[in-house]
Amino acid sequence: MSESLRVVRRSFLVGLGIAVGGLALGSFARAEEPGGPGAKGTAGDGLRPNVFVHVAPDGLVTIVCARSEMGQGVRSTLPALIADELGADMARVKIVQADGDKAYGDQNTDGSRSVRMDFARLRRTGAAARMMLVTAAARRWKVPAATLTARDHAVFHDATKRSLGFGELANDAAKVPVPAKEAITLRPLSELKTVGRELPLVDGADIVTGRAAFGADVRLPGMLTAVIARPPVVGGKVARHDPSKALAVKGVKRVVALPAPKPPFAFQPVGGLAVVAEDTWSAMRGRKLLEIAWEGGDNAGYDSPSYRAKLEAAVRAGGRVVRDLGDVDEALAGAKRTVEAVYHAPNLVHAPMEPPVAVAKADARSCEVWASTQNPQSARAAVAKALGLDEGAVTVHVTLLGGGFGRKSKPDYVVEAALLAREMGAPVRVQWTREDDIRHDYYHSVSAQRLVAGLDGAGKIVAWQHRTAFPPIASIFDGATYAAPGQLAQGVLDVPLSIPNVRAENCEARAHTRIGWLRSVANIYHAFAVQSFLDELAHARRMDPADHLLEVFGPPRTWSPADLGVAELPNYGQPLDEYPIDTARHRRVLERVTSLSGWRGRAAAKRALGLAVHRSFLAYVAVVVAVVKDAAGKIRVDEAWIVADCGLVVNLERVRSQLEGAVVFGLSHALYGEITMKGGATEQSNFRDFRLMRLHEAPRRIHVEVVESDAPPSGVGEPGVPPVAPALTNALFALTGTRVRELPVVRTLAV
Amino acid sequence: MTVRLRVNGIDRELDVDPETPLLWALRDALGLTGTKYGCGEALCGACTVHLDGEVVRSCVTPVRRAAGKQVTTIEGLSPDGSHPLQRAWVELGVPQCGFCQAGQIMSAAALLAKKPKPTDAEIDRSLSGNLCRCGTYLRIRAAVKKAAGEP
Ligand code: FES
Ligand code: FES
Repeated sequence: MSESLRVVRRSFLVGLGIAVGGLALGSFARAEEPGGPGAKGTAGDGLRPNVFVHVAPDGLVTIVCARSEMGQGVRSTLPALIADELGADMARVKIVQADGDKAYGDQNTDGSRSVRMDFARLRRTGAAARMMLVTAAARRWKVPAATLTARDHAVFHDATKRSLGFGELANDAAKVPVPAKEAITLRPLSELKTVGRELPLVDGADIVTGRAAFGADVRLPGMLTAVIARPPVVGGKVARHDPSKALAVKGVKRVVALPAPKPPFAFQPVGGLAVVAEDTWSAMRGRKLLEIAWEGGDNAGYDSPSYRAKLEAAVRAGGRVVRDLGDVDEALAGAKRTVEAVYHAPNLVHAPMEPPVAVAKADARSCEVWASTQNPQSARAAVAKALGLDEGAVTVHVTLLGGGFGRKSKPDYVVEAALLAREMGAPVRVQWTREDDIRHDYYHSVSAQRLVAGLDGAGKIVAWQHRTAFPPIASIFDGATYAAPGQLAQGVLDVPLSIPNVRAENCEARAHTRIGWLRSVANIYHAFAVQSFLDELAHARRMDPADHLLEVFGPPRTWSPADLGVAELPNYGQPLDEYPIDTARHRRVLERVTSLSGWRGRAAAKRALGLAVHRSFLAYVAVVVAVVKDAAGKIRVDEAWIVADCGLVVNLERVRSQLEGAVVFGLSHALYGEITMKGGATEQSNFRDFRLMRLHEAPRRIHVEVVESDAPPSGVGEPGVPPVAPALTNALFALTGTRVRELPVVRTLAV
Repeated sequence: MTVRLRVNGIDRELDVDPETPLLWALRDALGLTGTKYGCGEALCGACTVHLDGEVVRSCVTPVRRAAGKQVTTIEGLSPDGSHPLQRAWVELGVPQCGFCQAGQIMSAAALLAKKPKPTDAEIDRSLSGNLCRCGTYLRIRAAVKKAAGEP
């Protein structure tokens, strides 16, 4: 190994080394490029045990990243894990981004699933390659395979101090049968150098120099740019239009009508008129000059204030029982005292920093797409369907994503590019403007919840009733008005409550806009209501909120569906015996966060603290937020602590950065975030009226602790978010005595 | 109409409408895609570049205003990514998605050029026009200080 490679290797292990640029990182070339994994192998071109790994005879190892990178660090984490299992030296590993293809298994990068779903699966891809290389070496040396080890890009026979590089073995290894899944032996965890470490940021150097290629940066020869005027109301249509002024703009080529979608809207584009031009600015100017009369359609009566009243009426009236333990009615009737609260949270927009964008090239028989997408397989399917092609005729390349948060797993914008590329007979880039992004999102649901608790004569909680109403995600697929169990298992069905009588109900709510999943999804409003209400109860019962939470979670134990009062518990798609609901873990993160934040001594400080704990995506997260009031009476967030138990952690550095980001994301929405509708159209349009937290509003410090855990890996990208809003509003109550039951906070207090 | 400007040390002649925002001239006409579009209304800072050393939001700066001037974009901040801010950004793992970061770095670079040892308040003020949806603000603050050699 040359000295420079040693240096790179060392810095890789030490952590955030700037030296990682080097030989081989960060390619976005196509997976099927000659020599890459997934290509059809020819004799003599090295080892291809599966679609993820290729070992070339010159020693270059190519590893595929099949998930989309949007800041959570999958490109820095998953290939390193495969390389680690293989025993490869990252300085001689090239990372290639996968196209959308079922051959890679699930590629949908949402639901905080990459590590929790792929940990064992990806390790097996590297382990298979390792075993084949070891077998090849064993044959060559005529020694038992068990006497060999693979490390540092070579196979070693330590007894005789011999070694053979992976490259030297690659062609022989290709002749060894690929081991069956059951026959693959993984390295013991203690041998993995990537687990629990701080891994370098693969794309860091490209990002800070402007070289990183996002969706908007793809350039094809002869490419045109389209900016689309979409119906302001979902389900609306163009009634009349006059394109003449738009067409008069220099650079504008055509104005193209897009088909109006039919409900259910799913991933179809919403229709409208596309202004296609030689460059972005001409397309934008052309769109401004389009004269369009819109037809509103069925949703034109949608106004946020009256819809809110409807949701609140629904939670007062009651709904379908989804969780039931004991007899809540009887317990409430017999209670000495009841406490009741109604909570409201608004629609939110994803607003990734890079608005949706896609580039497509299409002819009658095929289509090739470059997209900033979280789900290239669903983009592929949607494009194929829209163009009447087989999926095999559609290629979807994945770029870096300038943020996703769930928005970019819906491929409507990719389909727009494909339709326009075919229509124009030229490559087309569809650029969403920020206004498009804010006005035509798949919004996070608006919601109302009513919580009622009954206390007995001794002040003990004897009854808990939780009603929730929100237009469900399934509404975009089948018009559903009740939530699927998966959404209710985000903070309604799955909350451990040591209370004898518990009932939860889901109330009907019809969607009048496109509803989508936003980072942590229904957990956002459910954790807000439940963790606020528990804080209210603590005050009503004159208990410290931390002690109160410990009492409600109860003793350390695992909870079965029967203990929760549900028949079944969707558990983010994973089995309860592997990923139980375990109050020992709730308690542990709570105890760590209170000790780190000085919770018990907080009365002495001039600032107020608030606490919340929530399990989501199989991770347990506790947050404390400290708020202060300045001389002008304006409130600001001073400091925050976040403690997470995410089970086994691979890339500790990206876990920490995700948790830091989650605090800011959660605070930003809780303080300022709100989308409202009038006449079915979104009232906000840009960062002027959809306010985001800025640097000077961010806490002075965010303390992150990831507790050591040998539980299987949980999700990470989302679970930091849900406890943030209630920790904030609980702190605001402690500071001001005002209980914020509607988000965003800025509606109630000056922040 | 032809607009002449100097971009990252190279003289350029652009045949564009002089009202075209500098952002689109850079991205579409010159292929310099490191400067990002995030809002088009001077609200997010993703498009931040330097015009004769001063911070401008290129999305609202007509290209005619850059005529005869020096434009510096992220691609021209240093020849090889070795600007102290770029190094600090990588060392502290600032970027998440990375989309806002060119703008953040360009705002910070203009600050450090004027104020080699900025206070927290000065950092906050200079960067308050740059949004980060991923929430990397605390690392941004730390990286500016690191680049400035401050504790
Ligand atoms: S794109 Fe220029 S400030 Fe947002
Ligand atoms: S890193 Fe994603 S917007 Fe800043």
